[in-house]
Amino acid sequence: MQKMTREALLEKARELLSSGKVSAVLGWKKGEFDYDVTPAVFDSVDALEDFVWGDFCGANLSKYLIKETKKHRVLVFLKPCDTYSMNQLLTEHRFEREQVHAVGVPCDGMADINLLRRKAGEGIVSVDSIGEEIKVETLYSDEPVIIDRREVLLERCVNCKSKKHAAFDELLSDAGEDSSSDRFQDVEKLESMTPDERFEFWQNELSRCIRCNACRDVCPACTCETCVFNNPSSGAENKAPVNSFEEQMFHIIRAFHVAGRCTDCGECARVCPEHIPLHLINRKIIKDMNAFYGVFQAGAEVGAKSPLLDYTVSDIEPGAVFDGRDHDA
Amino acid sequence: MPINEYKPLIVAFCCNWCSYAGADLAGNNRANYPCDVKIIRVPCSCRVNPMFILKAFQRGADGVILCGCHPGDCHYTSGNYFTRRRMAVLFSLLDFFGIERERTRVEWISAAEGAKFAATMNEFTKTVAALGENRRLEDLRCKK
Amino acid sequence: MRKCALSKLPDVFEKIASEMTLFLPVDREDGRAEYQQWVPGKALSDALTTVKSPKDLFFPQTEDLMRFKVEGKKIAIDDIREDVEPFAVFGVRACDVRSLDILDRVFLTEPRDSYYAEKREKGVVVSLSCEKPAETCFCTAFGIDPLTSAGDVAVWKTETALFFKANTEKGGAFLKIIEELTEDTAGEEVEAVKAKTEKILQKLPLRDVPVNAFGGGKTQALFDRPEWDTLSESCLGCGTCTFVCPTCQCYDIKDFSAGNAVIRYRCWDSCMYSEFTKMAHGNNRVTQKERFRQRFMHKLVYFPENHDGLFSCVGCGRCLRSCPVSMNIVKVMRKIGGKHNA
Repeated sequence: MQKMTREALLEKARELLSSGKVSAVLGWKKGEFDYDVTPAVFDSVDALEDFVWGDFCGANLSKYLIKETKKHRVLVFLKPCDTYSMNQLLTEHRFEREQVHAVGVPCDGMADINLLRRKAGEGIVSVDSIGEEIKVETLYSDEPVIIDRREVLLERCVNCKSKKHAAFDELLSDAGEDSSSDRFQDVEKLESMTPDERFEFWQNELSRCIRCNACRDVCPACTCETCVFNNPSSGAENKAPVNSFEEQMFHIIRAFHVAGRCTDCGECARVCPEHIPLHLINRKIIKDMNAFYGVFQAGAEVGAKSPLLDYTVSDIEPGAVFDGRDHDA
Repeated sequence: MPINEYKPLIVAFCCNWCSYAGADLAGNNRANYPCDVKIIRVPCSCRVNPMFILKAFQRGADGVILCGCHPGDCHYTSGNYFTRRRMAVLFSLLDFFGIERERTRVEWISAAEGAKFAATMNEFTKTVAALGENRRLEDLRCKK
Repeated sequence: MRKCALSKLPDVFEKIASEMTLFLPVDREDGRAEYQQWVPGKALSDALTTVKSPKDLFFPQTEDLMRFKVEGKKIAIDDIREDVEPFAVFGVRACDVRSLDILDRVFLTEPRDSYYAEKREKGVVVSLSCEKPAETCFCTAFGIDPLTSAGDVAVWKTETALFFKANTEKGGAFLKIIEELTEDTAGEEVEAVKAKTEKILQKLPLRDVPVNAFGGGKTQALFDRPEWDTLSESCLGCGTCTFVCPTCQCYDIKDFSAGNAVIRYRCWDSCMYSEFTKMAHGNNRVTQKERFRQRFMHKLVYFPENHDGLFSCVGCGRCLRSCPVSMNIVKVMRKIGGKHNA
């Protein structure tokens, strides 16, 4: 359960909408079930009836600001990790800061419906969070199934990097703190494998890719007007992973293109219909850049220079990046 | 040399101002280096984006080497410094995907270093030849 | 009807695989299932649906069509399609069986798609009756009976046995292959299993999605509905729904220049993509709203209009599970057609 209540968010939304300070609210809308929450724009107090806040509001709303701020002054509810994305978009001048009223919402971690399904079984008709328990009713159990909420959190929430909002106009709670997470653990595990094992690991993962482009389209850092993969005159356009080369090329280029701009918000991995751990690719880049050029968190502050847009005369040579990690090769 | 001996295909991206001139000098000096090295001239090493490198592998390259001016000597002041950071991150990422790290390289070669150009190409070709054909970043459609 | 003990299933698979390639849903480590080729040791998944539908096996995501080679002043054109060996797809749910009927209407009418046709001819569809429908299921709204599935062979599973019934000649030949492993039966047990699942079907929350609000002839009434604006606003324009959908059949034909030759191939395309059906003058659907509307109007209005009222949605629920923003056909139907079916 989220400690912050839906009512508190609603009150804020009603207040700003009726005072005319904003003309639209970016939030989450209830679906057919308790878990299929959709990002939505609410342009009137009446429309807020369908507003929801809870364990399934994982979607990062920052990217919608590009579109919506062109039409409205927008109230946006941002979880701590979402605020980094907003800052990064501002760094890249993707919208006007004055068009946004950012309300920071504290977050207790969001649930992963896929994990919940694995624990509670199929046929989920209702989900109710009480404290650290999630009560699930299914078509196949007479009694509700009780699940420990901590066991079904999204990967990015298990490895939460910060409970502190990087930007806001107002906060609905006290300021949170940076979390100490072990988010590079899985990257390290892969690094300790042999190249052959790593190659096999990624072949196995990427072979499932259906090139739906969800990872790219949901990414708050992927905001090119026309992606190189959609541009027929780029020479790299392709609509399908024809073979393992194209699978690799898409994911290498996708991750590299957001290098230094990726805030590690984890949306790519959350939305992948094939459950490919795409965040590991981005995290590998973050981990390397931290090691080579000093710790950098994209989106921590507006206007900060990403490591790839900067240099020093004594940077590490590309040939030297493997020094000290020669286990086999 | 036996006729059927495996010869790797090497793509060398060379910056216009230093390394390409270095290759020229190597030629003028009659320095030997394998004819399997295909040079692509770029205005600055910084022009090379990761897609170029992947595309080279797709089209059948067994190794890709990127040559630019020595740090500090860039014709555009700082292009090669950006190259250095990008390629450090990219090469480490390719290694993370299990692509052999010896297949990619960056070297700084000035216009006066014809001998270094030839020596680098000889050495790089040998390293790649020892690895054998590029199997992990290949596109079989280009090999038929 | 033929019967075999559930414990004999691996033998059945082995027998089938000795005659033809066998595909079936197999569990993956991430908890979802996918169609894989059977090899000894692989077990039939209990999962209700696979991430991608069996459409893949008849209409692959990418498929080479031909190759052009320039030789002197001539262009040589090679047919490079892969040979299709006889194959069987085991465990196809009723919704997916219906999806093949829908694809047939597209690909097997003139001009007939010979690539698809060959796979349809050589593939045996062995359906599997649903035991545990999920909350995302709404096939019954489209008149599909998940308990008496079609396909070449229909299969029912009880706790101890499998029951086979051939629906077509091809299905009859298929049952001949496993004749020694099965025995004749009247199949009373099947009715008991059906009755149990029938009760669940009555409880499905999406069983009465308003299909009657849609159908042929409704273009004028639905095209300019204001709801499309709000429905499409969260859409990312990715192709997830399209690629997991068992009935989406749009494809693009592309040329790949391989240096020494040009390979013409086709690949799935998505009407959600900005470059979908891009022509010399640009694109005819320039906003995401138009693209979003196209997908649902096609499934719920244009397709039934052109194909005797047959909707091109089968209610499998895959898009409900996979959409990154949880926007899906049920939400569209209910927003526009009302909560319940009239």
